[in-house]
Amino acid sequence: MIDCDIHNQLPSLETLVPYLEEHWRAYIRESAFVGPDVNDYPEGTGIPARPGTTPPSGGPPGSDPGFLCAQTLDAWDLELGILNCTYWVQSVHNEYLASALATAINTWQAEHWLTADSRLRASLVVPSQNPALAAQEIDRMGHHPGFVQVILPVRSWTPYGNRRFDPLYEAALRHDLVVGIHFGGSSGNPPTPCGWPSTYLEEYAGMSQVFQSQVLSLISEGTFDRYPGLRVALIEGGFTWMPSLMWRLDKEWRGLRRDIPWVKRPPSEYIREHIRLTLQPVDAPPQSRQMLEILEQMDGQDLLMYSSDYPHRHYDAPEEALPDQLPDLHWDRIGTENAREFYRL
Amino acid sequence: MAIAVEPQTRDRVVRRRRSRTAVIDCDIHNALPSDEAIRQYLPRRWRNHHRMFGLRGHIGCEYPRANPNAARHDSWPPSGLPAGSDLDFMREQLLDEWDMEFGILNCLIGAGRQQNLEFGAAFSQGLNDWQIEAWLEPEPRLRASVVIPYEDGELSAAEIDRVGNHPGFVQVLVAARTQQPLGRRKYWKMYEACERHDLPLGIHFGGNSGQPLTGGGWPNHYYEDHAGMPQAFQSQVISLVTEGVFERFPGLKVVLIEGGFAWLPPLMWRLDRSWKRLKEEVPGLSRLPSETIRRHFWLTTQPMEEPPRHEYLVQLLEQLDMDDRLLFATDYPHWDFDSPAQAIPPSLPREFRRGVMSENARSLYRFEAA
Repeated sequence: MIDCDIHNQLPSLETLVPYLEEHWRAYIRESAFVGPDVNDYPEGTGIPARPGTTPPSGGPPGSDPGFLCAQTLDAWDLELGILNCTYWVQSVHNEYLASALATAINTWQAEHWLTADSRLRASLVVPSQNPALAAQEIDRMGHHPGFVQVILPVRSWTPYGNRRFDPLYEAALRHDLVVGIHFGGSSGNPPTPCGWPSTYLEEYAGMSQVFQSQVLSLISEGTFDRYPGLRVALIEGGFTWMPSLMWRLDKEWRGLRRDIPWVKRPPSEYIREHIRLTLQPVDAPPQSRQMLEILEQMDGQDLLMYSSDYPHRHYDAPEEALPDQLPDLHWDRIGTENAREFYRL
Repeated sequence: MAIAVEPQTRDRVVRRRRSRTAVIDCDIHNALPSDEAIRQYLPRRWRNHHRMFGLRGHIGCEYPRANPNAARHDSWPPSGLPAGSDLDFMREQLLDEWDMEFGILNCLIGAGRQQNLEFGAAFSQGLNDWQIEAWLEPEPRLRASVVIPYEDGELSAAEIDRVGNHPGFVQVLVAARTQQPLGRRKYWKMYEACERHDLPLGIHFGGNSGQPLTGGGWPNHYYEDHAGMPQAFQSQVISLVTEGVFERFPGLKVVLIEGGFAWLPPLMWRLDRSWKRLKEEVPGLSRLPSETIRRHFWLTTQPMEEPPRHEYLVQLLEQLDMDDRLLFATDYPHWDFDSPAQAIPPSLPREFRRGVMSENARSLYRFEAA
């Protein structure tokens, strides 16, 4: 099995201080900055961590490499695990600070995580609010064999198909990296097309719509036409909505393709070719037959990649990471081969 | 283009259609013939305002449409008036052509998104009075939605109270893209008034509230504006359900108009799961979100879902499990018009089609039986 979504957690901003230049150390000290203003996983809700994932060494769940490896790679007998560090520097509007933080995080990941176990791979954190700076960071670290992906928060200031992101995609392609779009982020835009909701529940349940908008943007802006080698992973956004999105986009494309003449094929073909989705959280229908229907409608056996989303709590017991709604016949693809091909592992 | 047929053939076609099933169209757009046409319905102060400033909504959201007024090429009346503004031509091209029993007008002239709320209220009143005089009184097959300045709950409630008892008004209209999610308190007075007059709340495709069109910012193309609208509908469903609107207003009925429906089953699954994890944040909810949705929501069919295989549509309808909540709509005169003859595949069961084409709307809007 290959696990496409394991979260390594920065214990605190303090951890990065040794990797920062003196200017930024002083800046952080003087401003009492404690890190990006993101609250994607409110601690008290239980969602950030399943019980038993807090390391004995102290620190938050996901912060201790040895303990994380024991609870994931060893416990689930994984062939490989991909780390997704969701330290969203995109929320820091000072782009240069964001850039310095990303550089520090990636160096820390290389030194602290990629050396901890040969089965671990990691994702580059980049200041994507400034695609030129993001490209610089990708060029700095992208050659490292441990990094297999550039990770972006699904909530962006501008949709990801916009041409301003081209330098970022070009850099990712130069280094043969997947672009992963992950649950969360706080760009300053409201999380819905209708403004700010009241509750975390709304934001959490509603995150799938932001994924849908990003897929729509990437296709309609011709990102995959400009970059035929580009691979995009949608991580922790659910997947049961994908058939309905494919149908809507294909139908609307037939009516409005003159608006986006560079899109030569039905959008669902681009999705099947360029996009993969991770498994957890599974927004399962009430009947397992309906899950089979969804899998067939979206070609799930080819598009889904196994993920535990460790240490997040979408299920309770470790063995429940493998949802029983999925039929055995797809496990070789969803469990291993799709990720191996997509990430070229 | 409308197909020209010999009168005799046409009569046969009409008779055959009638014998098959009645048609109630739940989404027709009426337009003003001119700016001048509305001014006579405005008090002097607002007439002058309209002359001096015109409509001032949230601007900076220009996605040039595929067609002028997003209208079908053949829907511009011979009279030279704008598409959707000529009742005679609407009768000919829509009501008579398809032998419709009833049609519901959803007037999308932007009263709800005026930055000046007082003007929005006056403009709403003017539009509703115009709808009564120019549409409802001359054409007994037509019904209309109450236009309201929906960004202000109290002003909206006042307008609903003013015209809500008129038998021609069967619904209250808001846009899918509002300034805040519709579950929030500032809209509650409006729901109280809907309940008072037993009028469903219709949430229609569109609107521009000044918020970016997606949770990831402003997209570039009309295609994204148009194909991305279901995301706004999903956000509104989440908000209305999780804010406990239906616990507070148990009689409230909501119709999602022109938003599609294939996204609803996966949204119900996700909401149910999320709610189980996060119940404590919303202690006022009394039942599973999917149960609340199935009790309180209706959806129109246009633009009809078209999965690549017929069996997927059958699976979708079974997952949705809301056969009696789907309402046929054409979206006349817009370019993405759904034809009463073709939109609902004839391979679906006859009873289902009968429900969608007329009976579900008949019971929701309390139309008398044919």
